[in-house]
Amino acid sequence: FPAFCHQRPCSLPERGLLLLMVLVFLEGSVLPLGAASSPDTSHQTNLGDHQGTHTGPNSTKKPFPVLAVEYDRVQIPFEISLWVLLASLMKLGFHLIPRLSSIVPESCLLIVVGLLVGGLIKLAGEEVPPVLDSRLFFLCLLPPIILDAGYFLPIRPFMENLGTILMFAVVGTLWNAFFIGGVLYGVAQIQPANPSDLHQLELLPCLLFGSIISAVDPVAVLAVFEEIHINELLHILVFGESLLNDAVTVVLYHLFEEYAGVGTVTLLDGVLGVISFFVVALGGVLVGAIYGILAAFTSRFTSHTRVIEPLFVFVYSYMAYLSAEIFHLSGIMALIACGAVMRPYVEANISHKSHTTIKYFLKMWSSVSETLIFIFLGVATVDGPHAWNWTFVTVTVILCLVARVIGVVGLTYVINKFRIVKLTTKDQFIIAYGGLRGAIAFSLGFLLNQDHFPMRKMFLTAIITVIFFTVFVQGMTIKPLVELLAVKKKQEAKRSINEEIHTQFLDHLLTGIEDICGHYGHHHWKDKLNRFNKKYVKKCLIAGERSKEPQLIAFYHKMEMKQAIELVESGGGVKLPSAMPSTVSMQNIQPKKPPPAKPVERVLPQLPKGREEEIRKILRSNLQRTRQRLRSYNRHTLVADPYEDGFSDLLIKKQRMVELEKKMSNYLTVPAAPPDSPTMCRARLASDPQAYSMKPVSDSVPTIQVDLASPQSPDSVNLLDEFRHAGQQQPEVEDQGLMMKPPSGPSGPNKPREADEARDQQKLMRCLSDPGPSADEDEDEPFLP
Amino acid sequence: MRTNYRWISDVSSCCCLCFFSVSPEQIKNLHKRFQQLSDNEETISRENLEKIPALANNPIRKQIIDAFFDKRNQHQNEVGAFQEIGFEQFLMVMSHFRPPTLKTTEEEREAMRKEKLRFLFNMHDTDNDGTITLEEYRKVVEELLSKSGAIGLEAAKAIADAAMLEVASTNVPHMAPDDFYEGITFEHFEQILKGLEMESRMHIRFLDVDTMTMRCGKSKS
Repeated sequence: FPAFCHQRPCSLPERGLLLLMVLVFLEGSVLPLGAASSPDTSHQTNLGDHQGTHTGPNSTKKPFPVLAVEYDRVQIPFEISLWVLLASLMKLGFHLIPRLSSIVPESCLLIVVGLLVGGLIKLAGEEVPPVLDSRLFFLCLLPPIILDAGYFLPIRPFMENLGTILMFAVVGTLWNAFFIGGVLYGVAQIQPANPSDLHQLELLPCLLFGSIISAVDPVAVLAVFEEIHINELLHILVFGESLLNDAVTVVLYHLFEEYAGVGTVTLLDGVLGVISFFVVALGGVLVGAIYGILAAFTSRFTSHTRVIEPLFVFVYSYMAYLSAEIFHLSGIMALIACGAVMRPYVEANISHKSHTTIKYFLKMWSSVSETLIFIFLGVATVDGPHAWNWTFVTVTVILCLVARVIGVVGLTYVINKFRIVKLTTKDQFIIAYGGLRGAIAFSLGFLLNQDHFPMRKMFLTAIITVIFFTVFVQGMTIKPLVELLAVKKKQEAKRSINEEIHTQFLDHLLTGIEDICGHYGHHHWKDKLNRFNKKYVKKCLIAGERSKEPQLIAFYHKMEMKQAIELVESGGGVKLPSAMPSTVSMQNIQPKKPPPAKPVERVLPQLPKGREEEIRKILRSNLQRTRQRLRSYNRHTLVADPYEDGFSDLLIKKQRMVELEKKMSNYLTVPAAPPDSPTMCRARLASDPQAYSMKPVSDSVPTIQVDLASPQSPDSVNLLDEFRHAGQQQPEVEDQGLMMKPPSGPSGPNKPREADEARDQQKLMRCLSDPGPSADEDEDEPFLP
Repeated sequence: MRTNYRWISDVSSCCCLCFFSVSPEQIKNLHKRFQQLSDNEETISRENLEKIPALANNPIRKQIIDAFFDKRNQHQNEVGAFQEIGFEQFLMVMSHFRPPTLKTTEEEREAMRKEKLRFLFNMHDTDNDGTITLEEYRKVVEELLSKSGAIGLEAAKAIADAAMLEVASTNVPHMAPDDFYEGITFEHFEQILKGLEMESRMHIRFLDVDTMTMRCGKSKS
């Protein structure tokens, strides 16, 4: 019996492992089958069959084929689906095995799987399909990953560090390319006397090779850095560099490829290259921005057809990428620019469901793409024609490391003169160590023409070795190194409303100080850009009321929405399921009035227990009725259909209702309102939705018309009597609005008398604040349709 | 003219002792700006600052100007407000915005962070009772949203209430229903803004304060 118990917890990962093995063999066997069915012959036989049946009635009639096999028609989609399925099942498998994913990064495991599959295919004697075909890679596999990165790019840290990122991306990559290319050429030339292959290597192909191998790869960086959770600054530096160095890579690659045939590069070509760099980079960004604005503008009108909103985001972005590729501009930069530009406007326009759809589709596609890329790398390694040359490969690997380190250290020395938050040695180490190479380098190498570059095979072998080295060695060791060096990790804490308020406050403060100093620094320009955005751009691109919504309020609504959803998902407990279980509620914060030395205060201690219970019951039942009335008001008038117009306004209204609901259920049985008699409370609640329309506020206390004609339950009359004698003495308590009337005098113990009554009533409410079981039931009803 | 430079050298020697990274050059630049703002007089008043046209669009303009005239920011344990301030006081306020350098030690960073947070706290705590009450916090949020019309005012109260609730829940997680959270004390304020790393965020680039880019406070720019 104990043995059985022992086995139970282990069975899941073991089963997972078994499943993996079965699947790998399955895939491995089916794929060669697919490759084996040579399309020509089967096609011929089919044609032949057709011919056979049509050539005349007197030819021998074959029996009707009950079951026929026709694989070639579906071959390509079938194989693609098989690969995708394999990739996803691998991903599933890795997460079932608990310890594996914490030791080895996913990318390594996937490459190993690719190697296995490739090996199996080769063993089966079939030809490995050219999976990492450059067209497939650049047009299908890469865009989802980049779009995911661009759409969710954290704009603020990116912009703050843009100078640093550009330095690393442009100058760093140039340095790497020329250093590696140059030194490799030198090494190739000084090879010992026996004419080795390397003597054939000319300068230009070397430089081309250098430019291919020098670029940091976004896919690999994402895959590895995702798992190590380092702080935002380092993440954005390395990741931003990997994205922006695409322009440099494109220009260098085309430049050297173009002229490698000719053999020389003149100064004019160099100058043209520099100009070309600016055209490629800025052109890419411009193309992306144009498509981004188009997408934002389109999303303004989608309120009637919510279902296809995500489609616009995806299609416009993909078009931006393809358009940039037409002109040999930087497609990656176009995609990033498109995503980053369209996001704030699109998010203000689309429905909540579309937002979730976009998020999940992007994550799904990028995840599958990434997995496929690594598997294909493994397969291509097994397949690819290899030409191993010890000198070349080892020198390349060493040079890559050395060049990276020198580049980072040198650049940081220069950059630190201009940065406020300087980069420490630890930071530099992580940046240098995080410079991983990946599939882009391989695909670029694959694209090379064999005729122009006789050393292509050697290049490919070297590229694959470098990729394996960086992904396996650097990828696996970076996590322990990060722990060892105690590098600052990402802060897991959620963005709080206080931080948001103070971020905005700081922005304005620093802009103000800059203005006082008379200095036009970034804050000044950022502020100008924001005002331009608010005044002109938002009006064009955002539909309806949302265009005027300031950022703080948008943030607050988002936060409330999230909390409300959490509340519903947690089954509607009394407490908010926050990270810090806390008993603090709104009542603890409201300004306190000092206890008056008045007899009426004795209402509180003089209540006998039985009476208290009765009052509690009365209050609870009254509130329930109110709440139900409130909700029915909700359903019939507020919520028509989420897919109809003005949903965003509904959303705002709904969020406010949610806020009210929350206050009601979580904080007190009576809402956090100024202490009025229960009648007033109920009356106010019933008329509340009207209160949320935009009304000019005369002074700090909003006045709300109390609808005294609302039906009052007979029970409440007794209660009213209780307080009437107290209430009569303080008539001015009655016209308070939703919020507490601010203490008009100086704070401290000398509060004016009329506030005493308010506090006294509040105290009564507090002591009876027991939500009771029935309050919870109401919470379970979803208040979002 | 000579008196000015002599005065600057006195000030700068004292300043170099007190403030870590405000160099004599930066002080000279700031002095030039001070002269511009004050019409070459010894002191500036609120009107001088209010005349800066670029500040007109700033929603928290009043608080910023008040901060310059707040005695608490002079680190001399006084309270109240000045009517006019001299260059020394101006510089003292400006020194709150200096950035840390590579040589700043951990303790110095802590001290810097406290100093900057204290500056922010003083801006919010207008009645100087050592706490930011709900009313004062509401005022802060209202001012921030003051350029957004009626929507802003309605939401400001809710936002301030939620923010206050958050501070209370973070710092005093278990309060009985009858307890009352008086207001945000300086310790709670520090705690709640720990994540923002004030010492690196709250700074302006003094180095680039260049007379070429300075605008005269009174010109219509």
